[in-house]
Amino acid sequence: MSKTTIRPAVNKPDQQNGATAPAKGRPTLEVIGLKKSFGTVEVLKNVSLSVAKSEMVFVLGRSGSGKSTMLRCCNRLEEPDSGDILLEGEQITGRGVNLDKVRRRIGMVFQSFNLYPHLDARRNVTLALRKVLKQSRDEADTRAAAALARVGLADKAGNYPSQLSGGQQQRVAIARAIALEPAVMLFDEPTSALDPELVGDVLGVMRELKQDGMTMLVVSHEMAFAREAADRVVFMADGHIVEQGPPEDIFTNPQHDSTRAFLSRYSYGQ
Amino acid sequence: MSNLDRFIETFLNGAVLAKYTPSILQGVWVTVELSILIVISGTLLGTLLACIRAYRLRLISFLIVIYADIFRALPPLVLILLAYFGLPNIGLSLSSFTVLFVILGLTLGAFAEEIIWAGITSTDKGQWEAARSTGLGFTRTLIHVVLPQAVRMVIPPLTNRAIAITKMTALGTVIGVPDILNQATTAQSFSGNASPLTLAAMAYVLLFLPFVILSRWLESRFSWKKN
Ligand SMILES: Nc1ncnc2c1ncn2[C@@H]1O[C@H](COP(=O)(O)OP(=O)(O)OP(=O)(O)O)[C@@H](O)[C@H]1O
Ligand SMILES: [Mg+2]
Repeated sequence: MSKTTIRPAVNKPDQQNGATAPAKGRPTLEVIGLKKSFGTVEVLKNVSLSVAKSEMVFVLGRSGSGKSTMLRCCNRLEEPDSGDILLEGEQITGRGVNLDKVRRRIGMVFQSFNLYPHLDARRNVTLALRKVLKQSRDEADTRAAAALARVGLADKAGNYPSQLSGGQQQRVAIARAIALEPAVMLFDEPTSALDPELVGDVLGVMRELKQDGMTMLVVSHEMAFAREAADRVVFMADGHIVEQGPPEDIFTNPQHDSTRAFLSRYSYGQ
Repeated sequence: MSNLDRFIETFLNGAVLAKYTPSILQGVWVTVELSILIVISGTLLGTLLACIRAYRLRLISFLIVIYADIFRALPPLVLILLAYFGLPNIGLSLSSFTVLFVILGLTLGAFAEEIIWAGITSTDKGQWEAARSTGLGFTRTLIHVVLPQAVRMVIPPLTNRAIAITKMTALGTVIGVPDILNQATTAQSFSGNASPLTLAAMAYVLLFLPFVILSRWLESRFSWKKN
């Protein structure tokens, strides 16, 4: 697929700031013909993917298949070599895009939480509210309290990251992202660094976000959760999306060899 | 006269001590004043330069590195003499106090820049990414997220370096800054007795020991890493 793939009216100027609802049927996030190499290693060969509003899409694939790279291209922490990325119909790749403005509409949750260790939970959440959205202290505190309550940590606002468990830290990180009311949330293995007994809390928060209509693109190996909560599962291998569909189909009847090999190794099911 | 008496007579002569204590106290004030000025300006300069270097603009970073390396390589005494005796020849006469302040401030600035830069570069890349992913710009991320962590990380070496360099205010003696050591050597030559130097030593200990202890405390206090 070339860069010139025809897509209906890419850049409707009247809905650029996301204040108005995107056109009906227009995906919230659209990745078209994405390519990315590191040196001579071609990590993403031609990836196209769209995530509809309020949809939860799971990305699976072997280690090194390019899942994180694809996710990080979506908010341009990684710069794509070519391809287009559209957020609510608006082109966010290429020159002349205000990255900071785009990024505040794309929440990201990292495997290693990346909370600011010198700030307590509340101020981890309010920093961007104050400095990016220019909210007053009161406004930001109110919004942070609501975000922390949403992830079940209303009582931990004054705790520093070092005073929180891994699961709590990751939920604060989620609160930090959702407080900005993003159009889409990206999760890169949000539970991989957690002790097994803490995974459930984080997944519970993600489940609630989905119920509230959040659009989510999730890289994770939590197969049972994917099966239960995902609207669609995407399988990546070797820089391509080789297969995608509803979780039941992918898990019970994988079509592609690499999907089968992957799923059998996760000995999922029974 | 016993050895002990001779020792006391030489190093702790009561009459001499009583006579010269006021002038040494004046010196203490000069040393304190200089130290405060050097620590504040040197730390601010170093922080500012380390932040500028974070933008990784080639030419500017190169100039900062040159400055830091030269001031870290040269003995401050050489620069002090050069500035004090050389600059008047090109029409710039600075007081000995100013020369000492500027040279030691620049020296601490050079070390502080390197120390804080090391803190900035060793701050986890994930901190940058997390902040940028919320829409914070580069400068705001640097100021609100990275720098506070970098500074916290390097407070112990920074404190040690600040102590080492403020102690060098004693070098001001050679260009006539009326600091502790200068007052003491003057008193020593007038009285022909070493007791004023003993007093100076005690003054330095009283002045700097609290900071040495503070740095030891900071070292244990800030030995935390993320989590
Ligand atoms: N910044 C980088 N520089 C060089 N190579 C990179 C960089 N980031 C990723 N890669 C390489 O790109 C490939 C894909 O990496 P990526 O992190 O996207 O894989 P992944 O599917 O997320 O794997 P995992 O499940 O282990 O997280 C790997 O071979 C990796 O070594
Ligand atoms: Mg990854």
